[in-house]
Amino acid sequence: MCLAIPGRIISVDGEGLLRTGRVEFGSIIKEVNLAFVPDAVVGEYVLIHAGIALGKVVEEEAQRIFGYLEEINEIHG
Amino acid sequence: MKYMDEYRDVASVRKYADAIKKITVHPWTIMEVCGGQTHAIVRFGIQDLLPEKINLVHGPGCPVCVTPVEMANKAIAIASRKEVIFCSFGDMLRVPGTEKDLRTVRAEGGDVRIVYSPLDAVKIARKNPDKEVVFFAVGFETTAPANAIAVHLAAQEGIKNFSMLVSHALVPPAIKAILSSKENKVQGFLAAGHVCTVMGYREYKQIVQKFKVPVVVTGFEPLDILQGIYMCIRQLEEDRAEVENQYSRAVQEGGNVPAQELIEKVFCVIPRKWRGIGEIPESGWGLTPEYQSFDAERRFDVVAESKEESSECISGLVLMGVKKPSDCPAFGKVCTPEHPLGATMVSGEGACAAYYRYRRDAT
Ligand code: SF4
Repeated sequence: MCLAIPGRIISVDGEGLLRTGRVEFGSIIKEVNLAFVPDAVVGEYVLIHAGIALGKVVEEEAQRIFGYLEEINEIHG
Repeated sequence: MKYMDEYRDVASVRKYADAIKKITVHPWTIMEVCGGQTHAIVRFGIQDLLPEKINLVHGPGCPVCVTPVEMANKAIAIASRKEVIFCSFGDMLRVPGTEKDLRTVRAEGGDVRIVYSPLDAVKIARKNPDKEVVFFAVGFETTAPANAIAVHLAAQEGIKNFSMLVSHALVPPAIKAILSSKENKVQGFLAAGHVCTVMGYREYKQIVQKFKVPVVVTGFEPLDILQGIYMCIRQLEEDRAEVENQYSRAVQEGGNVPAQELIEKVFCVIPRKWRGIGEIPESGWGLTPEYQSFDAERRFDVVAESKEESSECISGLVLMGVKKPSDCPAFGKVCTPEHPLGATMVSGEGACAAYYRYRRDAT
């Protein structure tokens, strides 16, 4: 039940707790509440759960998993 | 889909599995807390990629599984009332109460609706002013922002015919309960990524200090889980116990502060009973006095009988990481997803249901 799915913001509307937006997941578009990601803008990825954005996906961190893999492969040879 | 598919890359999965083999010297028991992770581990066969010395046990992190029978009975009693439109996430409909489940209530003519978000339930309340609309607010910290915002907006807008049956559970107290149990075998934890997206991971620092176990905040895709396991084993082999964050693309140390602020306004910590485990102190959230008029239990004044799990069922031990579903004599025989005897067979994210679906032959 605690799954949250990453989607890309394609529009933003409203403010405060009524800040909403359209978010694209692959080929599906949904209207979601963006109140808790006040600094997220169009084009950014957010994690959506139960119709609410829980947080942004931090682009700079997204590749770290592969960098870490390279590092450990160097250690283990 | 971006930020999902790349974390299922088979070549990288193999490399992580190899790296884990190389660092593993001693046998270790690691628990993933979240039902979503349990489901991914069983579905992608992650246990089979690991050295035999590594034992993955599955924690109590499926909100559907740990919702007590009394709560299911209360939901059924409220949903059966003529004036009520009862809204719930889909997976709660099959949870058996003492006599029936919510599906049966619907078949008998009750207005039971599956919604994707509590905000949809508020919309239904707005459209049906002559009905009482009740949302079954089941979940962990992950679901709390959605539930908090729904109650808050309903209050702000003066929607009087909306209420919530709240069954919120908190993850860190459950981890403490597992670690404090005499039977505990768990030596390291993968903490549930999306719970931490909301709440951050400062609370785990105290757990790590007190119990000297590594906690790695971990995501949900196969590569996330393998990296989480690698980081956990490395700590164990190096005799370290720290909080590490594998899921840094989605989790900040402090969590989502605006969400926490609203949660704190709407919910307060209460003791709560976990199905299969029993009562854990300070492990749930109930509505604060300011929002109590939205509490469906008060509004409908329901009392519901409690019922113990079938004596054959070992789901309490499964949820505490002491046993695996395949250790249960009833598994796949008298107990199946169609006729669940216990909590962990009910939801698709429950460990017994995941084993039934993906590994029946492996037992
Ligand atoms: S298989 Fe069924 S009876 Fe056995 S522990 Fe799981 S839920 Fe309980």
